[in-house]
Amino acid sequence: MTIEETGKQIAAEFELFDDWMDKYNYLIELGKGLPLIDESKKKPENLIVGCQSRVWISAEYMDGKVVFHADSDAIITKGLVSLLLRAINNHTPDEIMNADLSFLDNTGLKDHLSPTRSNGLVSMIKQAKFYAMAFKAKETGTL
Amino acid sequence: MESSFDVARIRSHFPILEQKVRDRQLVYFDNAATTQNPLAVTDAISDYYNRYNSNVHRGVHHLSQVATEAMENARKRVARFINATHSHEVIFTRGTTEAINLVATSFGQAFLKPGDEILLTTLEHHSNIVPWQMACERTGATLKVVPVNLRGEIDLEELAGLLSERTRIVAVAHVSNALGTILPVKEIVKLAHRYDIPVLVDGAQAAPHLRVDVQDIGCDFYAFSGHKLYAPMGIGVLYGREELLNRMPPYQGGGEMIEKVSFEKTTYNELPYKFEAGTPDVGGIIGLTTAINYLATTGFDEVIRYEDELLDYATRKLRSIDGVTLIGTAARKTGVLSFLIDNVHPYDAGTIIDHYGIAVRTGHHCAQPLMDYLGIPGTIRASFAFYNTTAEIDLLAGAIEKVKEMLA
Ligand SMILES: Cc1ncc(COP(=O)(O)O)c(C=O)c1O
Repeated sequence: MTIEETGKQIAAEFELFDDWMDKYNYLIELGKGLPLIDESKKKPENLIVGCQSRVWISAEYMDGKVVFHADSDAIITKGLVSLLLRAINNHTPDEIMNADLSFLDNTGLKDHLSPTRSNGLVSMIKQAKFYAMAFKAKETGTL
Repeated sequence: MESSFDVARIRSHFPILEQKVRDRQLVYFDNAATTQNPLAVTDAISDYYNRYNSNVHRGVHHLSQVATEAMENARKRVARFINATHSHEVIFTRGTTEAINLVATSFGQAFLKPGDEILLTTLEHHSNIVPWQMACERTGATLKVVPVNLRGEIDLEELAGLLSERTRIVAVAHVSNALGTILPVKEIVKLAHRYDIPVLVDGAQAAPHLRVDVQDIGCDFYAFSGHKLYAPMGIGVLYGREELLNRMPPYQGGGEMIEKVSFEKTTYNELPYKFEAGTPDVGGIIGLTTAINYLATTGFDEVIRYEDELLDYATRKLRSIDGVTLIGTAARKTGVLSFLIDNVHPYDAGTIIDHYGIAVRTGHHCAQPLMDYLGIPGTIRASFAFYNTTAEIDLLAGAIEKVKEMLA
C-alpha cells in the first residue's frame, strides 16, 4: 500500500465514529497499545520538544526502506504518532519525502497537527522527512 | 454565595462569554492568560477612534488636545489605582514583559557591574527571568534564585540569606501565574531596603485580584498588563519611583522622549516621557482606564471577595475528586488553581476538557524552572475572574470525571 492509500484507510476508519469521544477513545487505545520506542532511544538527541508534550523519534534504514520508532509522553499525541507511523513506515526515502499527509485532515483530529498546538507532532513530521532525506543522501553519496 | 454578587448582570457586560464552543456553552477559565473586556471598554475604545483619535502631545489643534488630555487623565487614574505618589511615575508600556525589559535594560545599564547579583525566585514567569539573564550577559552580573517549598511558598529567611552586599536588585512576582501563590512582597521590600536594594514586583497576576498600593508595599518598580485586567492587549504599566527613574537612562530613543535633538547631543525629556519613545497606544490607554473605572463602579472589594469565594469553592470541589492533585497549596493564594490528574498527561486532559467547551490552559505556563523544580511536565490550570460562577466550576469537575474515565 502506498502512504496515501494507508492514509485513506485511516481516514475511513475514523469516519466510522460520529462522536468525538469515540474517536478519542480509539486514539487512546492506539496510544496505550503500542510500546513505540525503546527506553534507550529516549535520549535527548531523539527528543522533539513541544511546549505541551514531548515526542521522541528514531529511524533505521533497511533494504531501501525506512522504519521509524517514536513515542510521546502524552497518550493522545502517542496515538496520533502511531497513526503517522502506520502510514509512513516501511517506505522508501523518496516516498516519505514526498508523502501527502493530508489524510489526517479527514480524521477529525487535525487540530492536533496545527503548529499552534505545540505538541511536537508537526516537528516530528518534519524530522521524519529529514531522516528520509539523510538516508537518501547517504545512499546516493551526496552527503 | 452568588446572591450577594449579581454575576448574571456582570456577565451581560461581557458579550464574548455568551457563545457556544463545540456545541456547549463556553466556560472561560483562562483568565490568568488574558481576561475579557466589558462593553464599557470596547465602547470607550471605539468612541476614541470614532471621535477623537489624534496624535498626542504635539498638536495645538483641538483633537490632539482632547486626546492628550484623555491620555494624561488616564495616567492620573492609573496612579490612583496603584496609589503612586506622582502620576509621572506611571509609564505606559506594551505590557508587563516590556516594563520588566525596560527596567532590566535601563537600570542594568546604570547600576549593574561584573560580579553584581540579581535576586529572583524559582516561581517567576519567563518574563521576569529572561530580561535579567540578558542584563547579566551585557553587564557580567549573575542571577541568584530563592527556592520555593512544595506548597509553592517562599521562605523569607531563605530570601534574606541570599541578599548580600553584591545584590543590586530583587525581582519577584506578586502572585505566581502558575500556582496562584501570593508572595509577601511588603516583607520582601522591607528586607531588601535594609540594604538599600531596590525591588521590582511583577504584578501581572496581582493587579486584577488584589488591591495594589505601591507606597504601602514600598517597592521601587511595579509592572502589570492591561489584557489581564479587562483591558485590551498591547497596553501595560511600569510604575517606578521617581528618584530611581531619574537616575536611569532612556530605554528606547525616538519621538516624545527627547527635549532637544541636534546631531551633537540630545537632551532627554522629563518623566514619564523620557521612557515613552514614539507614539503611544492611546486607544489602549483609554481602554485601560475604562477597565479600572469599570472595576471601581462594580466594586473592586466585592469583586475580590467573590473571586476568593470562587477559588475556595473550586479548591474544595477539586480536592474532593479522587485522583486529582492540586499543585500549589500556599496559605495565601488568588485567582489560579493548578492541578494534575493521576496518570494523565496535562495535554491529554486539556484536549478532553476543551471538548466540553471549557477553556483551561495546560503546560508549563512560561514557568519552566518552577515545573522542573516540582518535577512535573506542566499542570492543568483553571484561572478565575469575577464573571465566572460556581456552576461553571461544577462543569469543570464533571469534565475531569470524564477525563478520568477515558484516560486514567
Ligand atoms: C506573572 C506574570 N508575569 C509576566 C507576564 C507577562 O505578561 P505580558 O505577556 O502581558 O507581558 C505574565 C503573563 O502571562 C505573568 O503571568
